[in-house]
Amino acid sequence: MARLLALLLLATAAACASAKDASPAAADPALEHRVMALSNELRCLVCQNQTIADSSAPLAEDLRNQVREKMRQGASDSEIIDYMVARYGDFVLYRPPFKLTTVLLWFGPLLLLAAGAAVLLRRVLRRRPPGDAEMTAAQRARAAELLTGNETERR
Amino acid sequence: MNRFLLPLGVFAALVALLGVGLTLNPREVPSPLIGKPAPHFELPQLHEPAKTFSEKDMLGKVWVLNVWASWCVTCREEHPVLLDLAASGAVPLYGLNYKDKRELGLAWLKGLGDPYRLSIYDVEGRVGIDYGVYGVPETYVIDKSGVIRYKRIGAVTHEILKGKILPLVQELGRG
Repeated sequence: MARLLALLLLATAAACASAKDASPAAADPALEHRVMALSNELRCLVCQNQTIADSSAPLAEDLRNQVREKMRQGASDSEIIDYMVARYGDFVLYRPPFKLTTVLLWFGPLLLLAAGAAVLLRRVLRRRPPGDAEMTAAQRARAAELLTGNETERR
Repeated sequence: MNRFLLPLGVFAALVALLGVGLTLNPREVPSPLIGKPAPHFELPQLHEPAKTFSEKDMLGKVWVLNVWASWCVTCREEHPVLLDLAASGAVPLYGLNYKDKRELGLAWLKGLGDPYRLSIYDVEGRVGIDYGVYGVPETYVIDKSGVIRYKRIGAVTHEILKGKILPLVQELGRG
């Protein structure tokens, strides 16, 4: 009787285990690796600065399960990404795609850097060393006078 | 004086940019679903689990789908607006009970009043994912040919109802 009960318990435990989504370690490790790798590329929409791999929000969990399920069905990474983008838009991607609306996003920092460099260059070129200052004719004459004066004195 | 003008201008532009940024709501992600056919679903109803409801049942009509849950605090805030909408009879309102417990959902409608023609029951949130739901409540306006024309993320207020949803429903109803 006890043995039968134990067997029954075991059977239900096994049924529960398979009904729930398998935990990462127990399941196919290669698949889990792929799930986590792709989940790291997808933004969680509830806690927006986390990936769905990092987030423990229920939606992130659902989306991870969705990714896992799609992979089990043999979907490629890019198919899954398309699936997510179709529902949540480009915002779901941690690496935004390169297109017309994202040009500023991609090149904005470079533009700022170039602008900064241009301002710096202009300022540096404009500022001449003080010794380079232009002299008026009177100053030149005075300088020559002093120089020759010095020369004669020394001799 | 002149040499201060450029940095001052840059500073002012930056302040303006950041100021505008502060007024934007980063939680509102523009939905790629607008202008696309409403994703297909066929789900059991909340009140009568044996019956199902599909977006195809609504072809030919302009209708509103509201995603709600008994655990959602903002839904409680939104509820009176939906009751008003239902009472006005301006547009058929259907509910999607999202990741909820059936008895809790039913108790919620019983206690607060049921603005929906009927609610469908999406316990796993699959249809929610297809509709890009991430912050309940969410509200969709779907036109006669089954295309999503408007999506509201967060509570529908009286202002949004009068300013956006009702005019859109009228416009779509004429077309």
